[in-house]
Amino acid sequence: MFLVNVKRIFRAGFVNFWRNRFVSLSSVLAMTIALFVISSVIFLSAIFDFTLKEIQAKVDINAYFVTKADESDVLLVKKSLEGLPQIKTVTYTSASDALKAFKARHTDDAYINQALGELDDANPLGAVLNIKAKDPSQYESIANFLKSNYSSFIDTVTFFQNSKAIDRLTSITALANKFGFGLAIAFILIAIIVTLNTIRLVIFTSKDEISVMRLVGASDKYVKGPFVVSGMIYGLLSAAIVLIGLFPLTYWLGQTAQSFLSGLNLFDFYLTNFASIFLIVVVSGLLIGALSAYVAVRRYLKHK
Amino acid sequence: MIYFDKVSKIYTDDSIALAEVSLHIQPKEFVSIVGHSGAGKTTLLKMILAEERPTAGSVFFESVNIQNLKKKEINNLRRRIGTVFQDFRLLPNKTIYENIAFAMEVAGRTDEEIEADVPHVLELVDLSRKAWSFPHELSGGEKQRAAIARAIINQPDIIIADEPTGNLDPINTHEIIQILKKINDLGTTVILTTHNKSVIDSLGKRVITMEQGKIIRDDKEGRYVI
Repeated sequence: MFLVNVKRIFRAGFVNFWRNRFVSLSSVLAMTIALFVISSVIFLSAIFDFTLKEIQAKVDINAYFVTKADESDVLLVKKSLEGLPQIKTVTYTSASDALKAFKARHTDDAYINQALGELDDANPLGAVLNIKAKDPSQYESIANFLKSNYSSFIDTVTFFQNSKAIDRLTSITALANKFGFGLAIAFILIAIIVTLNTIRLVIFTSKDEISVMRLVGASDKYVKGPFVVSGMIYGLLSAAIVLIGLFPLTYWLGQTAQSFLSGLNLFDFYLTNFASIFLIVVVSGLLIGALSAYVAVRRYLKHK
Repeated sequence: MIYFDKVSKIYTDDSIALAEVSLHIQPKEFVSIVGHSGAGKTTLLKMILAEERPTAGSVFFESVNIQNLKKKEINNLRRRIGTVFQDFRLLPNKTIYENIAFAMEVAGRTDEEIEADVPHVLELVDLSRKAWSFPHELSGGEKQRAAIARAIINQPDIIIADEPTGNLDPINTHEIIQILKKINDLGTTVILTTHNKSVIDSLGKRVITMEQGKIIRDDKEGRYVI
């Protein structure tokens, strides 16, 4: 009998959805907006993460060695840096390479060329280690590590010149993470509340129907079931609309906003992450639809 | 079968729906309850259906105190009672066939039973041609016949008919009353409330007259006297 009841509940849910199609349409519209907000939050967080990573990738520190430092000393420092867990990359530029690069940058500068000529080919530049950390907040500890352990080799560490900018970026990152998360939660909650209220209104129009069902002796589950199934259909349909609608939207945005978004193509992102976005949107649709209907009907079943 | 023991229903001090009502309804009886609007007729019926709880006193259905029933037991009780109302109370988004089948579904009947019994009961109330119509496509008399079909489909112990002819013309009224009489002749208890004098006078059955929440007359073969 359980399976027969499940079959009857699903059939009634589908039939109710179709026979109340104009009312169903309003629920589908509200839920489409809710699911669109949820998927927008996914895209916004991707844009945010991508941009932040781009900015973080541009932050680094350089350790300039004294000219007397041997290459073996520099490589020793490089090796010990690479052993630190907070290090992402360490790039070594030898003193001669540093000079070559310097000359290349200033080929047209007569004063600099003259000054270098007066040095009789002696190299005034030391070797350089370019260091990238996994997180901007770790630069201070890396700089302190260099200063305290290798102060005899190292002339300057650029962190101490750029520390204010790096600190600011660190605090902005933390703040943006918190704010973005809070904003996403707020958007999703608002979307869910709007959907819940729309479905409540839809079920309010079935209030008398629910009382008749109870009068003929229908159990609570048998009354709730078809409404929950209709709610799930609202969710599935809305999810389909959103997932299909995102193709042209991201395609258009991907082309027009790629340069603005530091190279992130939203269409490529959508295609690459389609499976997870599909899962999030469909499961959210099913859950919001089913839960909204369940909560709304329960209100009319509270009393005996 | 049904016993009201000093039942009162008091909403507020100046709104007393029932005042210490005691009455006994035997199996297979046809009981009409008459009285002005607000006399307490509908409240009385709602107590049998466990839609209302008494403020004082008890209502028994076959020696079971209805107010002690749990939610599931109330559903079972309602499946043993067929209800017919003035406003029909059919499910608007279901066809007449589906409305009747729904009452069988909630009673846990199989698809085979539903397919066998629904056409039969539709034939009994002369609605076979309207089986796949929706309630809004039917006349008042047809809707009420559909409601009666739904009420009797599970072969209930009691039929409660709350002013079933209130919205009907004399011909349909006569038809509905004849169907209810037939149901009663077949052994089902019928409790009818109505304002229709000619209906009561033509029945020649037990009549309970109510006024301001109290029973003022209870005649075995009564007439409409208010």
